[in-house]
Amino acid sequence: MTPRTITELAAALRDGSATPRTLLSAALAHVDRTEKDLNAYLAVTRELGYAQADAAAHMLEEHPDMASPLCGIPMALKDVLCVDGIDTTAGSKILRGFKPPYTSTAVQRLFDAGAVCVGKTNCDEFAMGSSTENSAYGPVGNPWDIERVPGGSSGGSAATVAAGSVPYSLGSDTGGSIRQPAALTGVVGFKPTYGRISRYGLIAFASSLDQIGPFTRTVEDCALVYAAIAGHDPRDSTSDPRAVDDPLASLHAGVEGMRLGIPREYLGEGTEPGVRDAVQAAFRVLEAQGATLQEVSLPSTDVALSVYYIIAPAECSSNLARYDGVRFGSRVERPSLTDMYLQTRGAGFGNEVKRRVMLGTYALSSGYYDAYYRQAQKVRTLVSQEFEAVFKEVDAIVCPTSPSVAFPMGSHDDPLSMYMCDVVTLPANLAGIPGISVPCGFVDGLPVGLQVIAPRFEDARVMRVAHAYEQATGFHAQLSPYASAAA
Amino acid sequence: MTETATLAAAVDRYEVVIGLEVHAQLLTRSKMFCPCPADYTSAAPNENTCPVCLGLPGVLPTINQQAVDFTVRTALALHCDIPPFTKFDRKNYFYPDLPKGYQISQYDLPLSVNGLLEFPVAGESVRCGITRVHLEEDTGTMHHAGDVLQSATSSLIDLNRCGVPLMEIVGEPDLRTPEAAREYLVRLRQILTYIGVNDGNLEKGSFRCDANISLRPRGAHELGVKVEVKNMNSFRAVQRALESEIERQTGVLDAGGTLVQETRGWVEAQGRTISQRSKEQAHDYRYFPEPDLPPLRLDAAFVERVRATLPELPEARAHRFQQQYGLTAYDAAVLTDTRDEADTYEALVAAGVPAKLAANWQSGDVAALANEHHVPLQHSGLGIDGLTSLLRLVEAGTINGPTAKELLAELYVSGGNPEALVRERGLAQVSDTAELSALVDAAIAANPAAAADFRAGKQQALGQLMRAVKEATGGKADMPLVNRLLRERLSEQ
Repeated sequence: MTPRTITELAAALRDGSATPRTLLSAALAHVDRTEKDLNAYLAVTRELGYAQADAAAHMLEEHPDMASPLCGIPMALKDVLCVDGIDTTAGSKILRGFKPPYTSTAVQRLFDAGAVCVGKTNCDEFAMGSSTENSAYGPVGNPWDIERVPGGSSGGSAATVAAGSVPYSLGSDTGGSIRQPAALTGVVGFKPTYGRISRYGLIAFASSLDQIGPFTRTVEDCALVYAAIAGHDPRDSTSDPRAVDDPLASLHAGVEGMRLGIPREYLGEGTEPGVRDAVQAAFRVLEAQGATLQEVSLPSTDVALSVYYIIAPAECSSNLARYDGVRFGSRVERPSLTDMYLQTRGAGFGNEVKRRVMLGTYALSSGYYDAYYRQAQKVRTLVSQEFEAVFKEVDAIVCPTSPSVAFPMGSHDDPLSMYMCDVVTLPANLAGIPGISVPCGFVDGLPVGLQVIAPRFEDARVMRVAHAYEQATGFHAQLSPYASAAA
Repeated sequence: MTETATLAAAVDRYEVVIGLEVHAQLLTRSKMFCPCPADYTSAAPNENTCPVCLGLPGVLPTINQQAVDFTVRTALALHCDIPPFTKFDRKNYFYPDLPKGYQISQYDLPLSVNGLLEFPVAGESVRCGITRVHLEEDTGTMHHAGDVLQSATSSLIDLNRCGVPLMEIVGEPDLRTPEAAREYLVRLRQILTYIGVNDGNLEKGSFRCDANISLRPRGAHELGVKVEVKNMNSFRAVQRALESEIERQTGVLDAGGTLVQETRGWVEAQGRTISQRSKEQAHDYRYFPEPDLPPLRLDAAFVERVRATLPELPEARAHRFQQQYGLTAYDAAVLTDTRDEADTYEALVAAGVPAKLAANWQSGDVAALANEHHVPLQHSGLGIDGLTSLLRLVEAGTINGPTAKELLAELYVSGGNPEALVRERGLAQVSDTAELSALVDAAIAANPAAAADFRAGKQQALGQLMRAVKEATGGKADMPLVNRLLRERLSEQ
């Protein structure tokens, strides 16, 4: 059988052709077969999964009509999401052995809906990276070519959906960490509006930019997962109290009459020709669906990357201060406190994390704050204003998700070239607006993603455009070799 | 030269400039950013903690509304402006009692600014500006196996106090003497306890003070080098530490030396300050806006709602007591020292006890008993109602002063109904003129020498005759009446 979507599996659970246990067993078996190639998981939560599968079976039996479409469906969680009693490492050695005594709000909402957890997925350490090569636990193979990276930082969550082990997973996106790996692995990846999904229980990288979101095979599945996790949480003061628009209600509304903007700056020199061709073909598909496409301009795009690499490290330098060896995680024993701090953090953090902690500490230092952090905040406001201005002209923006397709492991050893991977995704984080990546073709057998961006709280509109595109094409139905092998 | 003389000489040549920073824990039910109980003293170590105040990965703070209300209340009591927009910031530094590696505090947009505190020093009114009142969170506490962490073999951390709401009240450098500094703190603590936001306990550290002090030659405009003094856990310690610091700084300046900007700790046992940290060793706290908390908008309606909860403040109440009850300034100040004290007084007066009688008893015998037993009147056996009954008996002349004093002392501890007790024990005052006249005659007859002495002009001799009558009534005689009767009888020839 081919890997199926949430919608298909939910139907199978209701017509008796599958049970939560058979779905979980199949997922676990698939993970067992593929892990040596993919290394997508940092922990497989077999015990938790079976307990949840049995609870889900009960829910389906008792209230088959009331049960959520997610009830009994296996899924995976990026290892930055805390689950009560389950090892949570954020891809870092410094958190080895840490078992949080609580579950993150977004995950709890899925569990309450009857979700079945297969495991915790591999990622760049503390979500810092664009290739998942910064994980302390080894890189993740891209299911389309295991010599290549799956993107990052949520590489494990992307790979496991692309490999067909699970129909969906959760990731986190601070500068593109959901959308870029989705593009590079040929799945759907969605970063909702900042404040839509509670960050409670998400191990923070950069608090003002982090947002949880789903990886799925289809936009409809994406809407299902989003609807289950979105909404206000009193435990996250940055979560928004306004009601969530049901994305399923407008999912099939199409793009007829919609105005879509193509930012001139997003198809610049750095974009690979193959990616440009695929995305431009996608534009024509949307036009054929009745949308009007026009060029727009976001002039601050070139400085957005610099702004991002000041604000994100500044926040991370503070967020990561708690990993001090005093209360949890790993500790290097030393007779003096200062030495203990230095050795623990020196041994526990990888190079990219150290680099960003240093960058951020510098940017916030007395005498440099005004030139870096304060200036970056001003430009961040400018980036938001430019989006607002563009959204007066168009309903949504369409553009590439990543300037390149999946690249070979080890090819981006210069940090700056890695940072360039996020040049078209991170502006949406700076502005707090929603963005989705949907498969839009292949270059030499490697997936390309189309990104759709909309104004704040227009999450449903993002999914509506992506769905219209997806339904007009068949790229989402093309399977990676690991997924086809499951057939 | 004596210490005082040295100080006086120093003050002749140098102007002392003092500014105080007070950290006051708020009496909220829960902590600043999580639902844990804020009461950290009665719990077992680390009992009142949760993932949020433990700083575990992935958790987020939420603002305690009561703490905001209390800080606004304080700001209003200190005549501060409350800007419509305020935000929290992170103050970053590493220490084991600070689990997140940063303290959530307020940096450039505090909750309130530009206040004023007025208080008396040696009969003169002194005004000190309040720079700001802002809100932050307290740290945990550490117990070192050794004097200081650096040399300790181990250290235990208790995070019960971590996250307790803390208000920082920064005063302008408007104070000129250690005594003024002390009186500033006395008045500030009084206001905070009056408005119910802080319990004012210096020893336990719920009310803490740091002092900035510098000296400049008289007439100079530029401020001298500032020294921050810490570790003072009583009003007396603040005054002594500042006096000692004035002497030390004077010594350095007089010897032609230069002072260094530094932090010094007061060592109570040695009666001096010692250097803790120089300016070069000062932390760079890398303040930046707390991204986990949206800015707060405090609209005028909210501020007015909080203002409506402000009780009458001590200064205003003392003034009213003078006007309304005809009390002296001193009595009014004593009776408004705490809100409980003032409430008790007004309850007595409202129950019909004459104002002056209530004032005398409350600030005299009752205060002494409260001190002796460490129990305020309202929690004593007697209670406010019991004292009211007792003072009514005094006012009605049913019992005399000495009897009332004895009863007060007894009932304060054991409790009981004063009226019933007076009846049971027959303590009612003997004020029958005929009965007392007979006893007066008997006393004169029994003490002829004393009677003769008095008639010869020796006033003191009356005492012996008074005692004789008092004893004859078992102490219950109406003594002013006895005095009058004795004088009348002895003046008859």
